[in-house]
Amino acid sequence: MDNPIPLSALQHFVFCPRQYALIHVEQTWTENAQTARGRGQHERAHGGGTEERGGVRTLRALPLVSRRHGLAGVADVVELLPDGSPRPVEYKSGRARPRLADEVQLCAQALCLEEMFGVSIPEGFIYHVASRGRRNVAFTPELRGAVLEARDGVRALLGSGELPPPAADERCRLCSLFDACEPFAPRDFPPGYDPFDTRLL
Amino acid sequence: MRTLLNTLYVQTQKSYLHLDNDNVRVEVEGERRGMLPLHHLDGIVVFGNVLLSPFLIQKLGRAHKPVTWLTEWGQFTARSETPVSGNVLLRVAQHACTCDPARTLAVARYIAAGKLQNQKTTLLRSAREAAEEDAPALRQAARDINAQIAVLPLAETVDEVRGIEGTAARSYFEVFSLMLRVNRDFFWLGERTRRPARDPINAVLNYVYTLLAGECASACQTVGLDPQIGFLHALRPGRQSLALDLMEELRPVVADRAVVTLINRQQLTPRDFTLHEGRTVTLTEDGRRTIIKHFQERKAEEVHHPLTGRKTPLGLIPHVQARLLAQHLRGDRPHYPPYLHR
Repeated sequence: MDNPIPLSALQHFVFCPRQYALIHVEQTWTENAQTARGRGQHERAHGGGTEERGGVRTLRALPLVSRRHGLAGVADVVELLPDGSPRPVEYKSGRARPRLADEVQLCAQALCLEEMFGVSIPEGFIYHVASRGRRNVAFTPELRGAVLEARDGVRALLGSGELPPPAADERCRLCSLFDACEPFAPRDFPPGYDPFDTRLL
Repeated sequence: MRTLLNTLYVQTQKSYLHLDNDNVRVEVEGERRGMLPLHHLDGIVVFGNVLLSPFLIQKLGRAHKPVTWLTEWGQFTARSETPVSGNVLLRVAQHACTCDPARTLAVARYIAAGKLQNQKTTLLRSAREAAEEDAPALRQAARDINAQIAVLPLAETVDEVRGIEGTAARSYFEVFSLMLRVNRDFFWLGERTRRPARDPINAVLNYVYTLLAGECASACQTVGLDPQIGFLHALRPGRQSLALDLMEELRPVVADRAVVTLINRQQLTPRDFTLHEGRTVTLTEDGRRTIIKHFQERKAEEVHHPLTGRKTPLGLIPHVQARLLAQHLRGDRPHYPPYLHR
């Protein structure tokens, strides 16, 4: 197996390939209020261990791997139903992200769990900390396809080492890497900016 | 969003810095002199005989806050390297660029252009505030530098760029003293002399340039650039050529302006200098303290960045420039855009 693709990378990549490349290729990481909150919540969720309630066992910080699909990572929370069948639960501090980024990440966890437990998993959950709401995500063939597509995209970007152009759309408002990315700053010199200007001011 | 944090400078000899919960506690001979929360700091710079506890050094390292060790007189000796050392592909791109004469020339030209533009701006601003008899010479020097900017695009080698920069530097330093309005008989500037300084202005300039070079080297390190691989400055063992490159645009704006202001406000006076036998000059500890304090305040001032279009604290400009350079080297920008001060 090639180096497995980290599950979190899939989420970044689906949200914005440039965000993925900034974090995983350029090694840029800037923390904003949102990421700090998310990190805090993850640290709590990743305390590890198990608990049982109403016949459902909750596993925290469970290491995941899929040799078949070349994926690896750690699940926030996996619930084991009374019949032993696992359901991934991903904790998110913010609201739902556009472009199915969170759903792809969750489904990738399911692909790993299916291989590790030898079962098929029809659905998982995304828990939004802010609203304390849990929503159901069905692992459709389309979503499964999107996971493998994202994995291939990640692998190709890692191989080329290139930085895709900025999205420069509504996604950028949600992005912690706004400053490092400079999505709206012109790539070339803007009008009025001339280092060789010889007008005396 | 990267925020401007304070750099803690400790120059009192025999100080001991250690960790007290999440604070840095500064003691001098067992007596407490200060407590600073770690999350307000982006790094610590110590001069000479200052001790840091191992726990503090490690905590700073984990939080990506470097420690810089200078000699008592401000000469760089060491800096701690923190776990994130940036992108290896960026360093490879940086090396590839220095091996490509055309690309190196382009970067060097823009760096020099930024420096010359900012020298021009500094001179013209001083001319507006200067006495009537001094203003014409300052304006003439600005015009001479302008003429050098005009020939920069024609330079075909980095050596030619350095020559142009040197010519502009002579015009600039010839009139430097005219930017001063007080204590002119004491504050005179011969030629630029580094170590040791032969006159008071050189002594101050050398000191402020050391502080600024440290900031620029940190900026390179944070962004993941190799501070030793420069474009305008020739590679030389032990020299932080890229940090010096980044510093060029900022010298007139951050360092020179600070020196002029401190002297004109009489915050720096002849009492802050020690004149030695054999005509060398050093700063007193009080003089150095005054400079550091002003430098820190100046870093918090917000300026408009002409390329990003955003208001940015002056102290973050080295980071912004290092990042813009990194973007150019990685193919994300066609040119390196120098910081042009208004």
